[in-house]
Amino acid sequence: MIVHVPTSLAELWPLLDDPQTRVMAGGTDVLVQRRAALLRGDMATPRAICCVERIADLRGITRTAHEVRIGAASTLTALQESADIAALLPCLHHAIRVLGSPLIRNHATLGGNICTASPAADTIPPLVALSARMELRTRHGQRSVPISEFVRGPGQTDLRQGELLHAVCIPLPDTDCRQYFEKIGRRQALAISVASLAACQYRDAHGQRRIRLALGSVGPTVMRCPEAEALLDAALTQDNLIQGAQLVRHAVRPITDIRATAEYRRHVAGNLLLRLASAWALS
Amino acid sequence: MIIRCRINGQDTQLDVHGDERAVDLLPERLGLTGTKEGCGTGECGACAVLINGRARLSCLMMAAQLDGQDITTIEGLGQPDHPHVLQTAFAEYGAVQCGFCTPGMIIAAADLLDRNPHPDRAAIREGLSGNICRCTGYTRILSAVEMAGATNATDTPPSAEQAVRP
Repeated sequence: MIVHVPTSLAELWPLLDDPQTRVMAGGTDVLVQRRAALLRGDMATPRAICCVERIADLRGITRTAHEVRIGAASTLTALQESADIAALLPCLHHAIRVLGSPLIRNHATLGGNICTASPAADTIPPLVALSARMELRTRHGQRSVPISEFVRGPGQTDLRQGELLHAVCIPLPDTDCRQYFEKIGRRQALAISVASLAACQYRDAHGQRRIRLALGSVGPTVMRCPEAEALLDAALTQDNLIQGAQLVRHAVRPITDIRATAEYRRHVAGNLLLRLASAWALS
Repeated sequence: MIIRCRINGQDTQLDVHGDERAVDLLPERLGLTGTKEGCGTGECGACAVLINGRARLSCLMMAAQLDGQDITTIEGLGQPDHPHVLQTAFAEYGAVQCGFCTPGMIIAAADLLDRNPHPDRAAIREGLSGNICRCTGYTRILSAVEMAGATNATDTPPSAEQAVRP
């Protein structure tokens, strides 16, 4: 296997022309997949990897008047240590704090978690609840795609050949809007989520306060539940949370795997909604 | 490919293979056997080393990625005649049984103490949550790190016998 470690985007672009070259950031997915392939006897995969950890343009957290812009190769530790992310994007910050372990977070990047697109990814539900956009670049130009359109299915994104996820852009949440994140796992660290919920209030075009609910690990990608959202938009009460929990349970499409049964996931996905009652002190 | 890096304070030039991981290079080729492969997937922490002062999983780094970096393995953290405060604490508090997890555990603890010099037990649990031990049940490891943090605050460490009550 050939290992490239480019130090600039200019060095990177020609490497992306090769369809057998895999981009790698922290390696917590790419190198684990490579090891599994080698153990299966598949010696040729991948032919080359291109490690982007040295490209400064891909790292960093910038806050402007309108958004928080996160370089795709920023490590999760860097995000965890960011005062801006803790203050402005608490649901994302919480998801990062309970993702993997400190050692994993020293490697893992936001872009890597998104592009691996596991149905159990922990950063994707908060990014959906926050209406994040993906800034995708090629050597010739760029485009911006909402995360819900970028992540298409298990392990599938809209990333095209020669394209790189450059940054994640999150509009600044409105100041009086609350956020929430919780994941269910079999242990408190190094636990792949069994179910998760990211919730984020926002003000719509008419200034009305509304809610986005993003459910993780209970479908092929992160799911919304428009019926539950509409109910909670009308009134954010404990009674509506109980009704909303049932709507969530009907909406989700969980599977049974080694971590949990579909029935458990379905039930607990609804329970996660009930947690907003105490988290947001609702009556 | 040729890489140039600093390993335990020594500038080193090496010809590495594209398939070689850092966890292959350090113990197998360079004889720094403190760094161990426990799982190969980043989930046990036994392979942890310090890269530019931060704990990283050497099983999830290709040797080529070490080019230009400053690497400290457990061997470089302290010497037998001048051990790191964590190495002393682990020895004194019975935090080592088979010893397989110990190098990675101490590397992770060193990174923690670097950023949080006097962590409480909860912070230590969180800071070591990427390191698995199959022998000790963790209590003496937590006590050792707690006491190493307390030693950083004063010159004399509290008595080892006081510390290991779980």
